[in-house]
Amino acid sequence: MVRYAFYPGCSLDVSAVAYDESVKAVCAKLGVDLVPIADWNCCGATEYWGHDALIAQALIARNLARIDPELEQVTAPCAACYLNLAKVDRMMREVPAAAERVNRALAAGGLHYEPGRVRVRHLIDVLYEDVGRERLTEASTGSLDGLRVAPYYGCQVVRPFCDNDDSEQPVRMDEVLTWLGAEVVEYPVKSQCCGGHMSQISENEAFELIRRLLDCAHRSGAEVIACMCPMCQLNLDAYQGRVNHHFGTGYHLPVLFFTQVVGVALGIEHDVLGIGREIVPAREALRAHGATVVAAAEGGRDVP
Amino acid sequence: MTEVTLLEEVVADTPHGDRLRGCMQCGSCGGSCPNGAEMDHTPRALFAMLFAGQRDEVLSSNTMWQCVSCYSCTTRCPREIPITDLMYTLKRMAVGAGVARHSDAIALARVFTNMVERYGRSFEFGIATRYLLLHHPVAALKNAGLGLKMYGHGRMSLRPTRIESLDELHAIVDEARTIEFAERNPGGVTW
Ligand code: SF4
Ligand code: SF4
Repeated sequence: MVRYAFYPGCSLDVSAVAYDESVKAVCAKLGVDLVPIADWNCCGATEYWGHDALIAQALIARNLARIDPELEQVTAPCAACYLNLAKVDRMMREVPAAAERVNRALAAGGLHYEPGRVRVRHLIDVLYEDVGRERLTEASTGSLDGLRVAPYYGCQVVRPFCDNDDSEQPVRMDEVLTWLGAEVVEYPVKSQCCGGHMSQISENEAFELIRRLLDCAHRSGAEVIACMCPMCQLNLDAYQGRVNHHFGTGYHLPVLFFTQVVGVALGIEHDVLGIGREIVPAREALRAHGATVVAAAEGGRDVP
Repeated sequence: MTEVTLLEEVVADTPHGDRLRGCMQCGSCGGSCPNGAEMDHTPRALFAMLFAGQRDEVLSSNTMWQCVSCYSCTTRCPREIPITDLMYTLKRMAVGAGVARHSDAIALARVFTNMVERYGRSFEFGIATRYLLLHHPVAALKNAGLGLKMYGHGRMSLRPTRIESLDELHAIVDEARTIEFAERNPGGVTW
């Protein structure tokens, strides 16, 4: 069994704690062994790059350097964290002078990172490729029961460091959720931008982008949106009420992390998956498909 | 001594920045941009201005401040130009030159980076309250309801988390600053 270094990132600690809970529960159930990076630090999100480039790179590389030397792969569920780890590893591989600068900074803390030493992967990739169709289908309890899901990938998982899925119309989450019994709806805006941090600095600009994403999910008949990024989840879920207010619309679309949907399919109890932490509640949609019943009967006891 | 152009500076400060010289002005970047409508100049137009040596106009543009790092342009650019990274570089240069346009984005980045350097982790509640109270007291009130909801759903912590080896992190950050300072001031003293 491959073990993976695990980089949770700051959002999973707090605002996206449901992502953390569901990732851990799903991975435990599927036998995916996650080893958190010891004393990891914030990856700097997008903010650091526009502030100070070498500090941005060094902060990210510190996490890469702290990965247990026995482990050869690292996985991160947060889109921005994944992108940052992949970006700095690739930059250090391709531009030796940049790698040398980063390592000079790391050396001040007694650390070193050999470019390319670990393979950086998003969790969807681990589920899709390493766990794979057969094991996922076997583990499914059928409790999704045709739940209509809009697969929302956002930007940073599929661009620009993803070399095994399409960056415009990716399919890996669609397939994983289909294997597990969801009905994945057509969602042509699946990799469009949610506005990122614009919801905090210039909300009218973000609101229009968010509205478009909600509208398309609504028209496609989705009951829930599944996403893979804490920022996307926050924008679509927490700001949904504000967007409705702003445009006079009445969207009611629960936004779950894809791992929560996977967890429901695996029969893991909703509380264990952090379902209920979303601002627009998902329970009703799940109940309509009998998911609660199955989940409660199966229990989540194999998850600590 | 010949003057260093802004183009040269930008290229030098961006990994793979030299590819910018191959820009063929096709406009794919602007056409891909979710926030293009809010920009004074599309990335394509901004690069044309950069080639034309319009230093002040480029640095005082709002273009880079409207960039939300979606990497659409970078992925689609037929010349593999790292456009998103160029936007980051232009942000840093605009701040450095004291002509940056988008004070809110700068304020948010400042509060964020301060928190990360202090704790080693981001602290969402601290960032949101500090940034909003200092810069948008009215919006702070509007967002208070949202904050309460997040808190009620167990999605907000009122206290920051600190990493254990803060000394190590600070040593790395300080060294990175020293390296950058020395590069900017060749032959100069670096303390
Ligand atoms: S997409 Fe690339 S080549 Fe085309 S205008 Fe933009 S930067 Fe230039
Ligand atoms: S990365 Fe920035 S400039 Fe490029 S398309 Fe996205 S928002 Fe526009």
